Amino acid sequence: MNLATISLSYLRARSLNTLLNVLLLALGVATIVLLLLTTHQLDQRMRRDAQGIDLVVGAKGSPMQVILSSIYHLDVPTGNIPYKQALEISRHRLVKKAIPLALGDSYKGFRINGTTHEYLAHYGAKFAAGKAWEKPLEAVIGAEVALRTGLAVGAKFKGAHGMGDKPGDEHESLPYAVVGVLAPSGTVIDRLVITSVESVWAMHADHHEIKDINEIARQIKDEEKEYTALLIQYASPIAAAMLPRYINNNSGMQSASPAYETARLFSIIGVGVDVLRGFALVLMFSAGLSVFIALYNALNERRYDLAVMRTLGARPLKLMALLLFEGLLLALIGGLLGLVVGHALTEILGYALKAAQQVSVTGWIWVNDEWWVLALALGVGVVAALLPAWRAYRTDIAGTLARG
Amino acid sequence: MFAVENLIHAYDARDVLRVASWQAEQGAHWLIIGPSGSGKTTLLHALAGILKPTSGSITVAEQDFGALKPAELDRFRGRHIGMVLQRLHLVASLTVLNNLLLAQYMAGEPQNAARAREVLGSLDLEDKANAHPHELSHGQAQRVAVARAVVNKPKLLLADEPTSNLDDARCLQALDLLQTQAKACCATLVIATHDQRIKARVPHHFDLQPQA
Repeated sequence: MNLATISLSYLRARSLNTLLNVLLLALGVATIVLLLLTTHQLDQRMRRDAQGIDLVVGAKGSPMQVILSSIYHLDVPTGNIPYKQALEISRHRLVKKAIPLALGDSYKGFRINGTTHEYLAHYGAKFAAGKAWEKPLEAVIGAEVALRTGLAVGAKFKGAHGMGDKPGDEHESLPYAVVGVLAPSGTVIDRLVITSVESVWAMHADHHEIKDINEIARQIKDEEKEYTALLIQYASPIAAAMLPRYINNNSGMQSASPAYETARLFSIIGVGVDVLRGFALVLMFSAGLSVFIALYNALNERRYDLAVMRTLGARPLKLMALLLFEGLLLALIGGLLGLVVGHALTEILGYALKAAQQVSVTGWIWVNDEWWVLALALGVGVVAALLPAWRAYRTDIAGTLARG
Repeated sequence: MFAVENLIHAYDARDVLRVASWQAEQGAHWLIIGPSGSGKTTLLHALAGILKPTSGSITVAEQDFGALKPAELDRFRGRHIGMVLQRLHLVASLTVLNNLLLAQYMAGEPQNAARAREVLGSLDLEDKANAHPHELSHGQAQRVAVARAVVNKPKLLLADEPTSNLDDARCLQALDLLQTQAKACCATLVIATHDQRIKARVPHHFDLQPQA
């Protein structure tokens, strides 16, 4: 016999009411946890994909589109930039690393990304099978691509124009050969088909009568060569001040900062997150109110029990503790259930997003902010129990017993 | 065993209880007799220390209530005074056994399930230990209430109208139950009643008259 057994016996005696309170609290907690987990993972993922990239150079257009298309591969490019000008920027003294991207085609909804081996190195790509391309029309596929399309080393496939996977979009000849499959990395390369820039050039060059791809690649003139974007890493902090202006003023290109654009993106998503968070807080508040009403009503039913406990020797403080403990216990059960449900919902959402080939989200992580959510739930329980506890403290034993 | 001196209790500026002097020996059995409104329950509550009289002194087992802080009085009551309430008031959400353990817990005594079962046994209630109060007959519930009052071996056992609403046979059974249990722990027994049927069976009477 202790406060817990007494509280539990009361919670059991009013099981329907207890269930309602626990569910209300759990829903509020679960919603907040779902938000925490998804935004945290989205944020992590966005950061990881953009890590080490200080600036992206692309064709003029929306800077956010440049970032979305060339770092996250979630949008179509703004256009292409001339090879010679791109080369000029690559050789600028403030540029430490410039990784070229040539985009345009896709395979079954997965983008074909023409680039250099430096791109693989940048994302720390590891091979599950095979190796990197050496010749044009050799391609490496990300783990997600391999899983979804069933392609393996040695397989051949034909790319399609744009992101469309409608029949007829395929390039008639010139199939790619898979020479490597990447291990899962949790970054954007999981969802890419990666090949050499020359492959993409050759695919779009007007040389379809020549069958030897190496020959085509050799014959492309510099004037015909185009990049879609350059991923740039600065050589020194000064570059942040100088390079964007240099690019935007002196060329038909524009620069976009991943840090700035993703922050802008998050502030847009943030509105939706705030609305959901407000909704969750309203749920928590109603849970608190419901716990309060339940305990307050219970006081009325229980006034004799409380008086009897006093006749049995309980100090008023003990009755107060009993009510507070009951509020706390409800909040703890609701809070823990909410955490479990929140993680389960996140995992389910992860499955749904996986089917949509979007970012991967899992419920199997723990974010430290969840402790605060649990603390908030417990706080709600205690606050809801304060007034009932005070009334229990003030129980007039003799008066109550004399009336009953 | 206990002494009540110059006790006055006023309610709404009207005296509802006046007791000039009343003493009892340890182990004696007493009735507080009087019609309704004479202050029987008030006197009983004052003896239990759950009601602070307007003036006067109460001493139970050599302890002057006036000298105790509220929390100390609660503790004293839990350890040395057992109460059987008129409407019993068993805690409905707890089992019979837990109602007894509740008495030990609230009194701040070590919890002793063996002692609780022993008391239940003496009242022929062993098989009801895990039952909830709503599963008991009135007679059984009354025995549980008595068991809860004596589980801490009180020095003073108080009962408020234990025989009202009972037929003659059950009335005597209830009285017998209280007397037996009081004897078993050598407690002084005080029963507040207006029931004339039990007068002859309890040696000491304290008569209360309604205040004018």
